[in-house]
Amino acid sequence: MTTRKITVNVNGTPREGEVEPRLLLVHFLREDLSMTGTHIGCDTTSCGACTVLLDGKAIKSCTAFAVQADGREVMTVEGLEKDGKLDRIQEGFHQEHGLQCGFCTPGMMMTTYALLKNNPSPSEHDIRWGISGNLCRCTGYVNIVKAIQYAAQKPAE
Amino acid sequence: MIPASFDYSSPKTLSEAISLLQQHGADAKILSGGQSLIPLMKLRMAAPKHVVDINGIDGLAYIKESGGFLTIGALTREADVDASQLVHDRYPLLADTAGVIGDPLVRNLATVAGNLAHADPANDHPATMLALGASVVATGPKGARTIAISDFFTGIFTTTLAPDEILTEIRVPMPQAGSGGAYLKVERKVGDFAAAAVAVQITLDGGSFTSAGIGLTNVGPMPIKATRAEKALVGKPAVESTIVEAARIAAEEADPAEDLRGSVDYKRSLVRVLTARALRLAITRAKGEH
Amino acid sequence: MSSTTPRTSPEVGGMGHSIKRKEDARFLRGQGKFVDDVKLPGMLYLDIVRSPYAHAKITKIDTSKAMAIPGVLAVVTGELLKQYNLHWMPTLMSDTQMVLPVEKVMHQGQEVAAVLATSRYIAADGVQAVEVDYEPLPVVVDPFKALEPGATVLRTDKEGKTDNHIWHWEAGDKAGTEQAFAQAEVTVKQDIYIPRINVASIETCGCVAHFNKTDGKLTVWMTTQAPHAIRTVFALVAGHVGLSEEKIRIISPDIGGGFGGKVPVYPGYVIAVAASVLTGAPVKWIEDRIENLQASSFARDYHITAELAGKKDGTMQALRFKTIADHGYTDAAANPSKFPAGLFHIATGSYDFQHAFMEVDAAYTNKPPGGIAYRCSFRVTEAVHAIERMVDIFAKDIGMDPADLRKKNFIKPDQFPYKSQFGFEYDSGNYIGALDLAMKRIGYDDLRKEQAEKRAKGELMGIGISSFTEIVGAGPSKHYDILGIKMFDSCELRIHPTGKAIARFGTKSQGQGHETTYAQIIAEELGIPAEHIAVEEGDTDTAPYGLGTYASRSTPVAGAAGAMAARKVRDKARKIAAYLLEVAEEDLDWEPGKFFVKGSPSKSKTIQECAFAAYTNNPPGMEPGLEAVNYYDPPNLTYPFGSYICVVDIDKGTGQVKVRRFVAVDDCGNIINPMIVDGQIHGGLAMGLAPALYEEINYDADGNIQGGSLMDYLVPTSMETPSWETDKTCTPSPHHPIGAKGVGESATVGAPPAIANAVVDALWHLGVRHIDIPITPPKVWALLKEKGVAE
Repeated sequence: MTTRKITVNVNGTPREGEVEPRLLLVHFLREDLSMTGTHIGCDTTSCGACTVLLDGKAIKSCTAFAVQADGREVMTVEGLEKDGKLDRIQEGFHQEHGLQCGFCTPGMMMTTYALLKNNPSPSEHDIRWGISGNLCRCTGYVNIVKAIQYAAQKPAE
Repeated sequence: MIPASFDYSSPKTLSEAISLLQQHGADAKILSGGQSLIPLMKLRMAAPKHVVDINGIDGLAYIKESGGFLTIGALTREADVDASQLVHDRYPLLADTAGVIGDPLVRNLATVAGNLAHADPANDHPATMLALGASVVATGPKGARTIAISDFFTGIFTTTLAPDEILTEIRVPMPQAGSGGAYLKVERKVGDFAAAAVAVQITLDGGSFTSAGIGLTNVGPMPIKATRAEKALVGKPAVESTIVEAARIAAEEADPAEDLRGSVDYKRSLVRVLTARALRLAITRAKGEH
Repeated sequence: MSSTTPRTSPEVGGMGHSIKRKEDARFLRGQGKFVDDVKLPGMLYLDIVRSPYAHAKITKIDTSKAMAIPGVLAVVTGELLKQYNLHWMPTLMSDTQMVLPVEKVMHQGQEVAAVLATSRYIAADGVQAVEVDYEPLPVVVDPFKALEPGATVLRTDKEGKTDNHIWHWEAGDKAGTEQAFAQAEVTVKQDIYIPRINVASIETCGCVAHFNKTDGKLTVWMTTQAPHAIRTVFALVAGHVGLSEEKIRIISPDIGGGFGGKVPVYPGYVIAVAASVLTGAPVKWIEDRIENLQASSFARDYHITAELAGKKDGTMQALRFKTIADHGYTDAAANPSKFPAGLFHIATGSYDFQHAFMEVDAAYTNKPPGGIAYRCSFRVTEAVHAIERMVDIFAKDIGMDPADLRKKNFIKPDQFPYKSQFGFEYDSGNYIGALDLAMKRIGYDDLRKEQAEKRAKGELMGIGISSFTEIVGAGPSKHYDILGIKMFDSCELRIHPTGKAIARFGTKSQGQGHETTYAQIIAEELGIPAEHIAVEEGDTDTAPYGLGTYASRSTPVAGAAGAMAARKVRDKARKIAAYLLEVAEEDLDWEPGKFFVKGSPSKSKTIQECAFAAYTNNPPGMEPGLEAVNYYDPPNLTYPFGSYICVVDIDKGTGQVKVRRFVAVDDCGNIINPMIVDGQIHGGLAMGLAPALYEEINYDADGNIQGGSLMDYLVPTSMETPSWETDKTCTPSPHHPIGAKGVGESATVGAPPAIANAVVDALWHLGVRHIDIPITPPKVWALLKEKGVAE
């Protein structure tokens, strides 16, 4: 079994790994780095529970190999809170009851992070369109939309 | 769902990538966006012994007009096409298509070239490129060759690309004045493949069609260029009766199979309805009304 | 008319306050602890070999290639489990289910063997390397054919079994109903199929089993909605191999959605436990999504023939259902023991019928077992869908507006408590109030006008109503038990010396927000701020015994236990306050947070002062400390209700149905946290939309699953889901300590018929009487084509 050495900048910290090429990025984060905030909900690139940012773009980390992140930047839910202060997106999800079981939440928030970066004042349609790669089974999406609207009204850090 | 083991290379140049493909032949698979390949590998429906990751090759991600073409590089992502003002302004058919592939997260990695090279008849870009009369550039050990998109697809998941060739560029002819296009897709939900979808690109002059391209998605074993329907448009006035007749013919040219997305009759009818609607939308766009 | 005004201050945060959720803090930071986040030293991984056939004899399992893979430690087979008599297990309905087969498989995706390896990746390689030889057997997919004489008998393991019939169940008055039908002016009849679906919680099922060989203790972190019951089941099933109940600890960690799918015991759990007991190492088994959709418990799958009899003036008189229930190869439903068809006999719904009768026959087929809820209380969704569809058909047949017909036949507010023809005693209701509010919110009369105008232009628009009655909070011990264990629930409440509290419950939140709402219930009763009341659930070593969270029973049963435990604490605190104030108990009045002397409000003792005294200055002769336990056995079920109205537009070219608006008026009695209640309703509505228009699990003639991954099992995204509009009426439950009724599932139960009724309403004038859900574009298009109106 050939492995490769990789260095991935995760939430601002370089993290090294010795990985099989087939190791999925999501498993690198969850198992090798023990960062379990990023979740797995399907096998078919359908649910978005595993969403992280790769060089600032929201991607499904179950559909990328860890070796592909070598030398690049990954941001996960663990990177949202800065200096003990919740990000505006986390605050929005809390204030507007945008989460219930909390399983889709990290992926949903990471998608939101990229969405608001590209489109600081999204319409409801923009928001619904933007999160359409992330499934939520609990909220019926109404309060997620409100949470994102809440965040959009606050200045980004 | 865990992929089988494989060896991995991440070449920095095109020539390095091509020599790796030469070396591994049919055992190798090119990884670009990976949004079709990796799911297949997780399901172990694909188990390449060697994966050649071309994402590290510089200079393959671009969208620009040159030499009479819109050129799209091998590593241009769907999201980049969707975000391109140039594409939205001048190639609405392409913008429509890039906006309905997979979902927003998939589009951040998926490439247009991969969508074509994977040659899944359910993919969206093949029909679009057929309608646009595009060509692709294949680069291999002997250099680059240009293949008309109508000659590119040979069957389900197969193309005229040799095992040691990489699809490096897509060339879409620059639109003439009075052109418009549209892509309309019926999907069961966001992220699904089309039950049926229709790509239309037309040019109007003096109220008549001077050119027409129609491509059909997921209604046959290969993407379909509806040539008879195209012929029914060219030279005819852009009026409802022409549209209806062309749509009827396009439906005849479809060759769908029944599956979870619907019956043969349903899909054929969708082709007719979507062709007519796409033509109407393309006409308004050609007239600058949309 | 919406919720009651809070009695407590926002700082205390008792009932009626939309306080923000306590549990959010960890989830927002990615610090939730879900089962797949559990990582123990030396942990092994289990992956499962599954059958490609729906019915086949296993002739050989060759594990040699798998065992040759470095890191593969064992392949567990049925033969191995048979040595310990663990190859079969009982289901919650006292049927039997294979853990691993020794003879044959009974559905596609069934567990055949399990590979134990040092990593998830190696286990997957091992699964691929296990070679199994099958000899295909005749497949029985259709439950009607399964019940025909001469059908292939599936359960050959059951000695003397000569057919595929599981049970027959009936309720109501057969003769009276027959007579009513014979004499009726109008009768309507409709076959209604409620298809098989899967809850598809975003987290799949899984466990980490750890058997400590030194002390003989088994700890299992498990995705379960009912940890205590699971512990007892394990003790009963595996007692013969040395597992004793005090040495079994089930921990239900954070759960990524349950909806009923995490009630049953799945073979994967049992194999993981067996593997850990055999190896002494911790063993993790996490189901992937395809396994989850293909083999975890299904919901619904009821083939109903419904009939309704009435008068031409719109009086509904009698209801009759005949139903075939497809249970797959075993009855692994999760219903109270006495009710194999659950609470399906809530089917008379919100209406005052004079006669009703129903019968259900259950069949074995070559499909996965189940029959669990999908965010509903024991088959209530099936009942509500059928009655609400029938009411609409009846209304249209006699030419009456479906809203008027409902109002004419509703059980009236002064008829409560109301005894239904099937024997339920509805606690309270104001059905007309809810429907009137929904009609006002959506602008019903204007919509009917718009519809007429559109119809004249050939456009298809429909308006659908559903006025449902739910039945939740199982349940009174006289009637409700699971495997003999009565369906009470519990709270153990302890007040600390500084007046802060910890409360433990027998339930388990899966997103419902118990840590917040239970604290609010206790805050309401004691005046201790909710933020200072810690709530814990899910660990059988620490929490009191309870039957768990499903069937909207947490608030009606455990919530009541919380209120009752708090009242016990308050009773003791009153004695302490009387002692401290040197007055008689009778001389004290209570307002949330303090006792004061009647007529002298300045002479008072706060609950915190009483708590401190309980540990530092307790009255002579009184036990120190301040805590209480309550096991709450509800006197009755609760009956939430509501009226939903849906507006749809239909694309005549594509057959696509667009839900333009959806107004939901719910009445769940007194509300603990309005924000959370709205969230529950939004989510429930989305899970009502899903089976109405999108989700379905089908099988082809060979028993191959259709829709077995999220690519074909169509869980709606934010784009398919409309922006729900909600409102409330409030009719408290008279028998519940805090007047609450439960709400988690109302919307899932009530929404599908509103949507189906709207679609049929759009097409009725063309001669369409009924469409089975999911109402997909191809189905609608086929009808449009048949009626000659397709674009």
